[in-house]
Order: sequence, then C-alpha cells, then structure tokens
Amino acid sequence: MKTLVIAEHDNGALKPETSKTINAAVKMGFPVDVLIAGNSLSAMSSQVASIEGVANVLVADNSVYEHQLAESMTDLVLSLSDTYSHIVASATTTGKNFMPRVAALLDVAQISEIIAVVDADTFKRPIYAGNAIATVKSLDSKKVITVRASSFDLQGEQSAAVVTNIDTVSDSQLSSFVSVEQTESERPELTAATVVISGGRGMQNGENFALLNGIADKLGAAIGASRAAVDAGFVPNDMQVGQTGKIVAPNLYIAVGISGAIQHLAGMKDSKVIVAINKDPDAPIFQVADYGLVADLFEVLPQLENAL
Amino acid sequence: MKVLVPIKRVIDYNVKARVKSDNRDVDLTNVKMAMNPFCEIAIEEAIRLKEAGTASEVVAVTIGPKASQEQLRTALALGADKAIHIETDEKLESLHIAKLLAKIVEQESPELVILGKQSIDSDNNQTGQMLAALTNRGQGTFASKVVINNGKVNVTREVDGGLQTVALNLPAIITTDLRLNEPRYASLPNIMKAKRKPLEVIAADSLGVDLTPRIQLISVEEPAKRTAGIIVEDVAQLVEKLKTEAKVI
Repeated sequence: MKTLVIAEHDNGALKPETSKTINAAVKMGFPVDVLIAGNSLSAMSSQVASIEGVANVLVADNSVYEHQLAESMTDLVLSLSDTYSHIVASATTTGKNFMPRVAALLDVAQISEIIAVVDADTFKRPIYAGNAIATVKSLDSKKVITVRASSFDLQGEQSAAVVTNIDTVSDSQLSSFVSVEQTESERPELTAATVVISGGRGMQNGENFALLNGIADKLGAAIGASRAAVDAGFVPNDMQVGQTGKIVAPNLYIAVGISGAIQHLAGMKDSKVIVAINKDPDAPIFQVADYGLVADLFEVLPQLENAL
Repeated sequence: MKVLVPIKRVIDYNVKARVKSDNRDVDLTNVKMAMNPFCEIAIEEAIRLKEAGTASEVVAVTIGPKASQEQLRTALALGADKAIHIETDEKLESLHIAKLLAKIVEQESPELVILGKQSIDSDNNQTGQMLAALTNRGQGTFASKVVINNGKVNVTREVDGGLQTVALNLPAIITTDLRLNEPRYASLPNIMKAKRKPLEVIAADSLGVDLTPRIQLISVEEPAKRTAGIIVEDVAQLVEKLKTEAKVI
C-alpha cells in the first residue's frame, strides 16, 4: 500500500496546497511519493523532497506537461498508478480537472474535497454547500481522492528524499493549449493568504473595490469577493470566495458589504477570526462574525485604513 | 451538430439543507426541488448554440426517479428539442452516472456534451470529466466562454489565478462555470408547448451498467457551528480588539 500525491505548482513555484495535501496523504497511513509534472521544474524537486513524509519524488519535466492539461496528466498518472493504493491531489482547478478522469479510467469512484481523514478508507467531506458533512467509506481497492487544502496543516521539513526522473511522455491529441490570462497581482493568493478582505454587493461597483486596496496593502491581505459581487460584474470570478469559488481559511477574514449567503459562508467559515462590516444589523454574516461593525462601509473603510 | 445536455434534479438553490435527526442523510422530505443551477447554464449554452445556427438539435437527459421528468419538461420549455429520462430510484454515484451517460452518448452520437460543473447537493465536480474519460473525448471544464469553429471548440476555463483557453477536437465534453451565460426563464407558451415534445423513458438497469455502490455513506452531520461574537462600536474599537484580543494583526 502506497500513496501517490500529485504536486500543485505553476512551473515557477510550488504551491502551499502541495504540502497541505501531503499532510492529508500522510494521515492515510502509507508511504507517500509525490509526482511533479510540468515544464522547467529545476528547483522544485528538491523543495518537494524536503517536505516531511515524502519517500520518493517523481519528476515528469517536459513541455507536454507545462499547462497540465487533463488528458495528458491523466495518461501520465495512469502510467504510474499500478503500484499505488491511494492517488491524491489538491482540490484546485487543476486537480479537479484531471482526477475524475483518472478515477473513471481506473474504474473507481473519486472522493472529492476531503476535509478530514478518518482512516485509510474513510473520509469526511462537505456536501450541500457545506451545510452537511458526510463521512464516506471507499469500497474500491484503489482510492482516488482530492483534498481541500485549507482543512489541513503545512508539513514540516526533512532531509531530502530520493528524486527520480520520469522519461515516458504521453501527449494526448484530444486537446491543446491556446492561451492563458493570469490575473496580475502583487498580493498573496487567496487560498494561501493569512489575511483576506472581501467585498460584496454592498461595494456597489467594481471601482469601489479600490477602497480595499490600502487596507490589503497594510495587512498583506488577499482581496476576495462574494458571488453576488462577481455575478454583478464588479470583479472577476477568480476572486470569488464561496462554495462555487475558492475555499479559504485565513487567520483573519474581513467581510465588507457581504450579507452572508450560505454559499459564501461555505467558503470562509473555517477562518480563525471573522470581521463583518455591514450597514444592515440583521445581515446573516453577523451570526458567524467574531467582530461585527454595523456601519456604512464607505465611511469606515478609509477610517480602517488610517487606523492600521 | 447535435448537443446533449445532462441535467440533475436537486434541492432548490434557495433552500437550506437539513440533516436528518438519525444522521443517516440530508432530509429531502417535502423540500422544494429544482434543476441544478449549473445545469441551467448548460441548457442555456446549448440553446444559444442552436439559435446561432451552430447546433441543429438539443437533447436533454436526466437520471433519477420519475419526478425528475419535471426538470426535463423545464429543459424542453427552455428550448431543448427532446428529452431522455433514465429512470432509477437508486442513489447513484458520479461514476455510475458517467457510465449511463456514456451509453446515451453512444446511442445519440452528439458532437458536444455540455454539463454543469457540479451539482449543489453532492458537490462532487466529477461527472463531466468521467464522461470525457469513458468516451475518450477532450474536456473543457469550468467554461466561461465557448467558441466553435472548424471542427474544434475553444473553451475558456475559469482556473485558479485567471483564465485558460484550450482547443478541443470535436466531439468534446464541456462543463459550465457561473459566468458562461445568464439562463433565461421559460415563457408560458413554451411551457405549454414543452408538454407535447418527445420524452423517452429508459430503465437504468436495462443499459447494462454495473450500478453497485463504490462508496458507503456512513453518516451525515451538521457542520460545527460558529457562534456570533460581539458588535463593536467603531473602527478604533475593532482595531484594538484585533490587536489585543484576537491578536491577528
């Protein structure tokens, strides 16, 4: 019994989700190997090799894997799958894309977005937008699992594990990469930030999101948004925090002009400290906030920026 | 070009799911049900392709109990040409659903299958990818833009940190994200017309798919509740609390 974890990275840098997913994998109780698939990965293998609990690092460094397209990633993972009882990846848009494809071709179910490991076969995962937590047991001999990284801790360090290069290349002809538009930002990524400040429909328009910038700068925070703000076209969807967007669990979450719909709460309720600023004293967000401020956000945001 | 749109009957988007007192599952007795929101986006996209002259026929399919026909009638009222109901009272998993849909893909030979990226009940986000695997087709998941030309479909995908565009050879599978489109409402005349559109019923166990459960549901619990904290008077008090009490800034 062995576990294979597929590393989360953007070729340039390893993502913190990798370490957290290894944390979950170690809890499954078997030796953990990590596959890094990408292009020009030079420094990353030694980084992964030093994460506590990693037995072997497998590196598939080839331009074919640069964009981690689901079809090619699936072929690669399948070619390695024979010796593994557990195949595990982060529930990021990359992991969510290729893992079910792997599961289907192995003829096994996938257990999505686990938030806790009960034992090697049994896991907890949120359902109904986080309104219920299901405990499920996999009856398949091979498990394919995605991990909600925000529910697990970062692993410690160790002396470097063995690194092996994988030369087999499977280039699926079913799809090809066309282009990517990265959201340019100097700020930390939403899922990795220790402080997140999010705006909702109460921000009224996209320009007003600039009011969050000064505060985010001072706190080193990432800026998020509610689905209502995304649906209204204020900000792009990759800023969305919620069941249908990103799941975050920072030390401090500041919700500004967000009413607190179930679907938003599902994305941030595991934050350590929640602050809510809303002019409606009956907004449901106050029921989960540690500190609530009933006020007009346009008055208090400049005050908050000055007070920090 | 034929477009197949698998849809799912789920708890209504606005209803809060409650856990049964015996912790065996979520209680859906007398709960309002509706078409999964991501499936509405999938139907809308297919209908827009038909209106643009790209698609010639839109087929909606669902897998579930008899009551799921309500959602198929909704799909027909929105503009689907025909519907297929794969009837079962079993609670099936994504892999089963994907295998049953693969049979329908074999039967209908659609050039494009458009599905919601996930259902708001089981939140698995698997079926589209699994169907793509089982039918050996390329997949464009979490789509925010779909452009078809010259035997290929370009799909712009909502990914962490931005947007990625991939080109898929047709036939292909697409799953929808929120910003792909804004679904329309069915008009009353179209709802009336939908009642006369063809709806084929197929028994799930007649399709030769192994529907043995692969996952056992052990229990379902309420999530840990957060309790409301305090209301602060002003910004100064808030900052003071965050510094000295919560110690997070």
